[in-house]
Amino acid sequence: MFVLRLLLKNAFRHRLRTLLTMVGLVVAICAFGLLRTIVDAWYNGVEGTSSTRLVTRNAISLTFPLPLAYAERIRSVEGVSSVSWSNWFGGIYITERNFFPQFAVEPASYLALYPEYVLTDDEKKAFLLDQRGAVVGRKLANEYGWKIGDQIPLRGTIFPGTWTFTLRGIWDGIDAKTDESQFLFHWKLLSETMRRRSLENADYVGVFIVGINEPQNAAQISQRIDAVFKDSRAETLTETEKAFQLGFVSMSEAILVAIQAVSVVIIVIIMAVMANTMTMTARERLAEYATLRALGFGPAFVVKLLFGESLAIALIGGCIGLLATLPIAAAFAKAVGTLFPVFIVSPLTMALQLLASLAVGAIAAAWPAWKMSRLSIVDGLRHVG
Amino acid sequence: MKAIPLAYIARNLWVRRVTTLLTAGGMALVVFVYATVLMMSEGIRATLVATGQPDNLLLLRKGAGAEINSGITRAQAAIVESLPGIATNSLGERLLSKEPVVLITLPKRSNGKPSNATVRGTSTLGLELRPQVRIVEGRMFRAGSSEIIAGRAVASGFAGAALGETLRFGQRDWRVVGVFDSGKTGFDSEIWGDAEQMMPAFRRNAYSTIVLRLADPAAAQRIRDAVEADPRLKLEVKPEIQFYAEQSEALATFIRILGLSLSVIFSIGAVVGAMITMFAAVAQRTAEIGTLRALGFRRSAVLVAFLGEALLLSLVGGAIGLAAASAMQAVDISTVNFQTFSELAFQFRLTPMIALQTLLFTLAMGFVGGFIPAWRAARMKIVDCLREG
Repeated sequence: MFVLRLLLKNAFRHRLRTLLTMVGLVVAICAFGLLRTIVDAWYNGVEGTSSTRLVTRNAISLTFPLPLAYAERIRSVEGVSSVSWSNWFGGIYITERNFFPQFAVEPASYLALYPEYVLTDDEKKAFLLDQRGAVVGRKLANEYGWKIGDQIPLRGTIFPGTWTFTLRGIWDGIDAKTDESQFLFHWKLLSETMRRRSLENADYVGVFIVGINEPQNAAQISQRIDAVFKDSRAETLTETEKAFQLGFVSMSEAILVAIQAVSVVIIVIIMAVMANTMTMTARERLAEYATLRALGFGPAFVVKLLFGESLAIALIGGCIGLLATLPIAAAFAKAVGTLFPVFIVSPLTMALQLLASLAVGAIAAAWPAWKMSRLSIVDGLRHVG
Repeated sequence: MKAIPLAYIARNLWVRRVTTLLTAGGMALVVFVYATVLMMSEGIRATLVATGQPDNLLLLRKGAGAEINSGITRAQAAIVESLPGIATNSLGERLLSKEPVVLITLPKRSNGKPSNATVRGTSTLGLELRPQVRIVEGRMFRAGSSEIIAGRAVASGFAGAALGETLRFGQRDWRVVGVFDSGKTGFDSEIWGDAEQMMPAFRRNAYSTIVLRLADPAAAQRIRDAVEADPRLKLEVKPEIQFYAEQSEALATFIRILGLSLSVIFSIGAVVGAMITMFAAVAQRTAEIGTLRALGFRRSAVLVAFLGEALLLSLVGGAIGLAAASAMQAVDISTVNFQTFSELAFQFRLTPMIALQTLLFTLAMGFVGGFIPAWRAARMKIVDCLREG
């Protein structure tokens, strides 16, 4: 108890310096947490996947379509319980800045495959009946202030022209991990319009979403589907929804690695600041430590004092930083809107934040503690602060 | 008024080497992040801007924005081909290339993870339209064959794309017979083959883009007017340079904004470090300050001396950080450009402007960190100072 009081008294002897160090720590720990959360948010598309869904795409690349006729043949593959399909629309809502994913889907089977999109029965019915209807996630609707019945115009980039939809429903995610930033409408509208314009994209779909009942057999079912279309006009590549989403994430890997590296850099920066504080502290107290030694305290006690003080400062700063992360993350999530569909500080991130502040405290005290433990009492007493 | 000599300021930093190094080290890291981000953003921009040629025009379907979204029918292409104002080469051929552009997914050589590579169907005319492209290994593909040439970044970055290797897509095996270097432009991340072979392989009837060389600069407006006037051509006409500059915008801006906001947050840490160091310096040298003042140095001279010390400290950090950042120029990096969904290889690029900006940022950190301690030093009373010592 006595040692603890001594530690805290020591820590706040230079109040300004300690406060400044803590400010630095708070900022660093906070930034570290936010950066990790950004990376997590990037991977969220992967977290939100279901093991009961497979995605079948053209083997060449995602930009190549598959014929609609494949749907029946996939359905007859052993282990497949349902099939739906979707097309990436890539439209622009007013300006290029307003980016959100839009998919033309086969509505009934698609919504059945995505039970995590919770719509009321009335909304679902209204959507299914209206071929010009659309449904969106709650977050997206909030971002643009859409209400049911609103007319939403999208300017097509892949499918030319302006397309106007009537909002028929807004879904809520079943849990926090569910994507609420998408815009879904009828695939039929897309194909019929394209057929009328006699463009080549009619009756083609971007990907098939395949529902399976036995997730443990996902690999065999994927192989069976791909075997059906081997050496055909359009070969397929089937993978679990998770692998499919991971493929997207790995494409931006360079950026993600950079963000992760930078999140470590900030910890190293604050380590240097903290080490500086502790070195200065130790230097100023040389005579004091020598006195303690002369009174009969061993070198281990001085080391304990330094480490304890360093850890106390680091932990207080780290905890404030940890607490500050939550409101800042919430504000950030609000500011970026649908760019990151889900933005939550994970328990792992919080644990790492605490661990990082402990590491900063420990490493910062290492050098001065080593030096002080080797100090000869006479030199210390002779030293003029 | 006499100023305190610079040597005195510099020696003060040297006396407390460990502290100086730790503080400068923290600053160096911030500067490093700041500079690399600017260099990355500039590298992406420079790579894509250099991809375009000043006297080339590019045509896409209206509203497509990117080559892979676009579609130009053979009939439309034939009309464009007959427009006046297109330059001809020594053989009398019109310098115009009709190109299908598609994305294919290939495994990366380093980790086997899939990424998107751009495949462009072109011809010898396409090569002629881009004088920056040189074949550095092997030879050009033969027209009418399943041969392809790969950009340098593709050849080294993707499995099966190096000289002599084979890639399988569109139900055919394509042999890589050459590797080309496009002088650090976006083409380094592309695979080229015969347009007329690519179209049936990918089951496409439409080209993606038409590139043409202007006979004279004024022809650009004439061609644009002709395209606008023809209702059959729902095409967009853009100078090639402008098109590629637009392709770089989103990614470069994203990286710059992310990086700059990070640097600003990080700089708080570094500024705090500088402030701690400078406060300690002032506290330790109280007696010295009193002596200086007693010798006749003014308050302002003391302020300038301590501020100078902080600025010098930050300059040391800035120099280390900038030196480390400039070493990053040797690193090749690639990421997917989310405007085109295709992999883009680029280098970090250090320009004088970025170096200047970085140094100013460094000095700003030193100034913010050093001003309050220096102010406090200047405000001290001579008697108090001398008594403290």
